[in-house]
Amino acid sequence: MLRYLTHRLLQGIVVLTAMSFVIYALIGLMPGDPIDLMISANPQLTPGDAERLRRIHGLDRPIVERYLAWAGAALGGDFGYSRAYARPVLDVLGGRLLNTAALMIGAFVLALSIGLPAGILAATRPGGALDGAINLVCFVLIAVPTFWLALMLIILFAVVLGWLPAGGIGTPGGGGLFDTARHLILPVLTLAMVESAAYARYARAAMIEAMRQDWIRTARAKGAGPVRVVLGHALRNAMIPVTTIMALGFGALFSGALITETMFAYPGMGKLIYDAVMGNDFNLALVALLFATLLTLIANLGADLIYAALDPRISYAAPERGARGRRA
Amino acid sequence: MRTLLARPASAGALALLALLIAAAIAAPMVEATLGLDATATDLLARYRPPSAEHPLGTDEIGRDVLVRLLYGGRVSLSVGLVAAVMAAAIGTLIGLTAGYFRGVFDAALMRLTDGVIALPLLPLLIVLAAVDLSKLGLPEEVVRAEQASLYRIIVITALVGWTTVARLVRGVTLSLRTREFVRAAEALGARPWRVMLVHILPNALSPIIVAATLAVGQIILFESVLSFLGLGIQPPLPSWGNMLTNAQEIIWTAPWLAIYPGLLILATVAACNLLGDTLQEALDPRREQKR
Repeated sequence: MLRYLTHRLLQGIVVLTAMSFVIYALIGLMPGDPIDLMISANPQLTPGDAERLRRIHGLDRPIVERYLAWAGAALGGDFGYSRAYARPVLDVLGGRLLNTAALMIGAFVLALSIGLPAGILAATRPGGALDGAINLVCFVLIAVPTFWLALMLIILFAVVLGWLPAGGIGTPGGGGLFDTARHLILPVLTLAMVESAAYARYARAAMIEAMRQDWIRTARAKGAGPVRVVLGHALRNAMIPVTTIMALGFGALFSGALITETMFAYPGMGKLIYDAVMGNDFNLALVALLFATLLTLIANLGADLIYAALDPRISYAAPERGARGRRA
Repeated sequence: MRTLLARPASAGALALLALLIAAAIAAPMVEATLGLDATATDLLARYRPPSAEHPLGTDEIGRDVLVRLLYGGRVSLSVGLVAAVMAAAIGTLIGLTAGYFRGVFDAALMRLTDGVIALPLLPLLIVLAAVDLSKLGLPEEVVRAEQASLYRIIVITALVGWTTVARLVRGVTLSLRTREFVRAAEALGARPWRVMLVHILPNALSPIIVAATLAVGQIILFESVLSFLGLGIQPPLPSWGNMLTNAQEIIWTAPWLAIYPGLLILATVAACNLLGDTLQEALDPRREQKR
């Protein structure tokens, strides 16, 4: 187990390092550079000054060299400042991270409590009327653009019915916990609707697969009732692939959160990344993206560990090709 | 093909897609027949409700919504189709290489695939869409061209959309490379590329087609959200996504404008997914036996 864990951790570090370089290079390719922004802020800068500033800040050096300098500082805990907020990047990220966590956890729990039962119900009688109805709903929710779903929910609940606020995180000048919760309902609902469809489909597929196994027939033959067979025997085994797929779906959940946050003007990580890219806040965009990547890698590692922990048939000693292939 | 038409749902999906493609192709004719102009603005006729003159009403600067939807369909559908074909080509190449050469190639390419699958793709696409093309050394007139945003979105969505094809093709290649006909070709001295393209690829076509069909829907969704965020197709070129860019400001005055483009995206993506699922069942012989 320990060898497996170290192996996976090393792999994660390699991926993170590679991604940090890719993201660093991509951010470098965005329009303009910090000196251009200085010029637009101070028209008295001469081209000579700009050239000198570029040299002082090292912008004339090759990208690999700049990356190494940046990575060295970052490893020492120095992630630099955000241009738009004029504060250390990590300070800006902190609060946003909490908001995103509230949104993502809320949506995840809600999606799970709708999606799992729906998938299990659909799988009890594949091809039946209930299965058909659940499939249809999932089908629509998987094909719907998240931003448009958010728009429709805003039109329905904020414009037509006027029950809920159309965006933001709280009424300016107070409100309290209840007010915050009211602002969370629509973003969480949007994200949960989209996610629950995916969870229901995974759960249905895994349950149908599990119900087909020999030991289900054995359990039935031994006199176990339908509820016990489904919940006690099939579900426990179906949960193994479902848990893994859900942990691997972290990236998709984060992408969904970005859209919902942007739609509802909800100050989270996703909106932060979008605003930073749009507002040429290079440093903030870079660190926020890296952070999102890091979280995704941790979730993936979690998926592997959960899978290994739940399924006693997986051996830790040989995590190579065989185990991977079977899982796909 | 017969299975596709035999089931009402997939036949419906096929008909819907055909209708949408036909409507998109016929956009200029519809424009001429109705006596409308897709680009004509009329600030005195903003937010008009549906009428005989404008069947679906007018938008925030008085353009006809129906004609713009048809032209937007041209853009969105062609992005979906072209990018899906490109993504399938990239995925096939990677899958064939990984599955045929195995070893280090396989390990590196599959880690890459796993990595791309797991990443939060939307933030990455946002950065890719914001990249300044002139910094990549592309000539100025290419960067400034009206079509630049179209080509860019096709390339970047293809760059993230190839993973499923790669995995499937690798799987098929791994199992095919030990079969007699492949061994025979190798024994006769066929070069690796010839074996892959002539002997293995034709047998891997059905999973490629399935994955590409499903990718069309996925890519249309990516295109629409990027265009909606102002990072995809740039106006005045219409796409279903960028027709919704201003929708958030008009939901109080003209909420109906926000409905049509989204419905079309939903219908197209659902039809592609349904078609992909049905194809998968039809082309996978194991599924038949289980039923």
